[in-house]
Amino acid sequence: MSEKYLNRIMIALLVGLPWLAHWLDEPYYVSLATRIAILALAGVGLNLALGLGGMVSFGHAAFFGIGGYVTGILASHALNYEPIISGFMGTTQMLIIWPLAMLIAAVVALFIGLLSLRTSGVYFIMITLAFAQMIYYFSISWPTYGGEDGLPIYMRNGFPGLNTLQPIQFFMICCTLLLITLWGVSRLQNSRFGNALQALRQNETRVTSIGINPLGIKLTAFVISATITALAGSLFADLNRFVSPTMFSWHTSGEIMIFVILGGLGRLYGPLAGAGLFILCEALLGGWTEYWQFFLGLLLLGVVLFARGGLIGLLSREQKNA
Amino acid sequence: MGAILLLEQCLNGLQLGIMLFLMAAGLTLIFGVMGLINLAHGSLYMIGAFACAAVASWTGSFTLGLVASVVCAAAAGALIEIGVMRRLYQRDHLDQVLATFALILISSEAMRWLFGSYPLYLDVPEMFYGAINLFGVLQYSRYRLFIIVLGLLTAVGIYLLINKTRIGMRIRAGAADRQMTAALGINISLIFTLVFALGAALAGFAGALVGSIQSVDIGMGEPVLILAFVVVVIGGIGSIRGALVGAIIVGMVDTLGRGYLPQLLQLILDPVFANTLGAALASIAIYLLMIIILIFKPKGLFPAHG
Repeated sequence: MSEKYLNRIMIALLVGLPWLAHWLDEPYYVSLATRIAILALAGVGLNLALGLGGMVSFGHAAFFGIGGYVTGILASHALNYEPIISGFMGTTQMLIIWPLAMLIAAVVALFIGLLSLRTSGVYFIMITLAFAQMIYYFSISWPTYGGEDGLPIYMRNGFPGLNTLQPIQFFMICCTLLLITLWGVSRLQNSRFGNALQALRQNETRVTSIGINPLGIKLTAFVISATITALAGSLFADLNRFVSPTMFSWHTSGEIMIFVILGGLGRLYGPLAGAGLFILCEALLGGWTEYWQFFLGLLLLGVVLFARGGLIGLLSREQKNA
Repeated sequence: MGAILLLEQCLNGLQLGIMLFLMAAGLTLIFGVMGLINLAHGSLYMIGAFACAAVASWTGSFTLGLVASVVCAAAAGALIEIGVMRRLYQRDHLDQVLATFALILISSEAMRWLFGSYPLYLDVPEMFYGAINLFGVLQYSRYRLFIIVLGLLTAVGIYLLINKTRIGMRIRAGAADRQMTAALGINISLIFTLVFALGAALAGFAGALVGSIQSVDIGMGEPVLILAFVVVVIGGIGSIRGALVGAIIVGMVDTLGRGYLPQLLQLILDPVFANTLGAALASIAIYLLMIIILIFKPKGLFPAHG
């Protein structure tokens, strides 16, 4: 089965099955699919830095959490009628929240990327982890927005013309954003910029020698990657109607990385396959044993050691060029 | 009064630093010799603490518990090295991060399955109950002092082992040039297993010692793991001396920051706000420190290879 064919099947399943669940009046499965779409989106973000650019960021939870917290903070101010800064009351409109969340994440990513990209290898992994940990501990010890207890969002934020409280409508929003992002990233991947980025991963010296500035390309990719993950964080906050410091924890960074790897590193639809597999494992194994993460660990270990193309690589039997 | 409190905080910082050193020494050796990032090092710390708690409550002897922690962690380390790590030496860091992350999930859940979700409590041995009078002015916990002394002795032991013995020479040779060492007829894969087991034993030992101050629970290794990584990165990956200096710096900055930052800020800010800001800054101080050090010295304070 070719990878292209496989991708189409996955999209069909993602878009189709929730409607079936909706029709059968099973909202639980609709929200399960929503989670898959959102986490896949976070993975698509990381995949841009990790899979295409070869930047092993162990701190993408920072951007996921920033997306979540911007959403939570804006909504809580709007719902409590407390101005954030004089004249701005916050908002419960997704169309305003998303760009703000992405903008703030982009600014933070620019700062983190600029400092982190001075290092490479293990030091890059560790410094991105350190930045995420900084934000994590800050969010725990700063009490204004709930501190360790997190911040509830009493009403899911609104989207013009839709009732976001209805699971299937919220699912359609998340799914549409995922599809648009996948399309955008596929365009980016095949553009001049995308080629330069992938070439940098393969051989930085050669790319530099033909006159391309590696820092500019890598930093741009890092920032775009962070904004996509922040958008996912914003949707995740709305899905749970709750944000907490857990979104910033290094386990979250690890999990986003797992989505990318389980599906297949550097494959456009890899994060979707990975997030789908992860959530299905959680739902199926979690219903069977409370120690489901034990089996998740075994699965991950198996994929890393023996199936380096991930799920898509295994199913499509197509080698990805390194 | 202020000076006594400062002295006590410094001793607490030293104690944290020594424990971090026991963790970081293993991490940095494993990285220096095998080029491997081992996130599962925190799990070995946890395994040590659980082994100590189980054996101590079973036999009633803390000493036997400590022995068990070292033995169990070393055995788990050797098992992990032979079963998993060997396949990862030639892989890139991403694969290593993920595989060892998977090992964390596996070992945490296995421990939960064996011991249940509730924390275990490990009693301080009776001879270390209460406080001891230091320099005639300071009442300091006997057990913490015991940990500091034991930790320092272990640090000296590691130093002697690495720098003064034949096996230490081989380990250093392996770190400097793996292929050349193997070509000289030294069984490098045995050295690797040994280094891994040694690092694991140190982590397990630290876990057992700290387990009696805190509780012994499933996630206990993770905060320490990340602190130990900060130590290793600050000190320079692969350098034992760097790990020692880095551990003491991190232990001191963390403890003193938590103790004094809120008070210092009160001098210039409104008290309530100063407390909040001080606590928040103290909790991120060591990460700030690490980032600043990496900006100026991208390879840490004591770069291991040139």
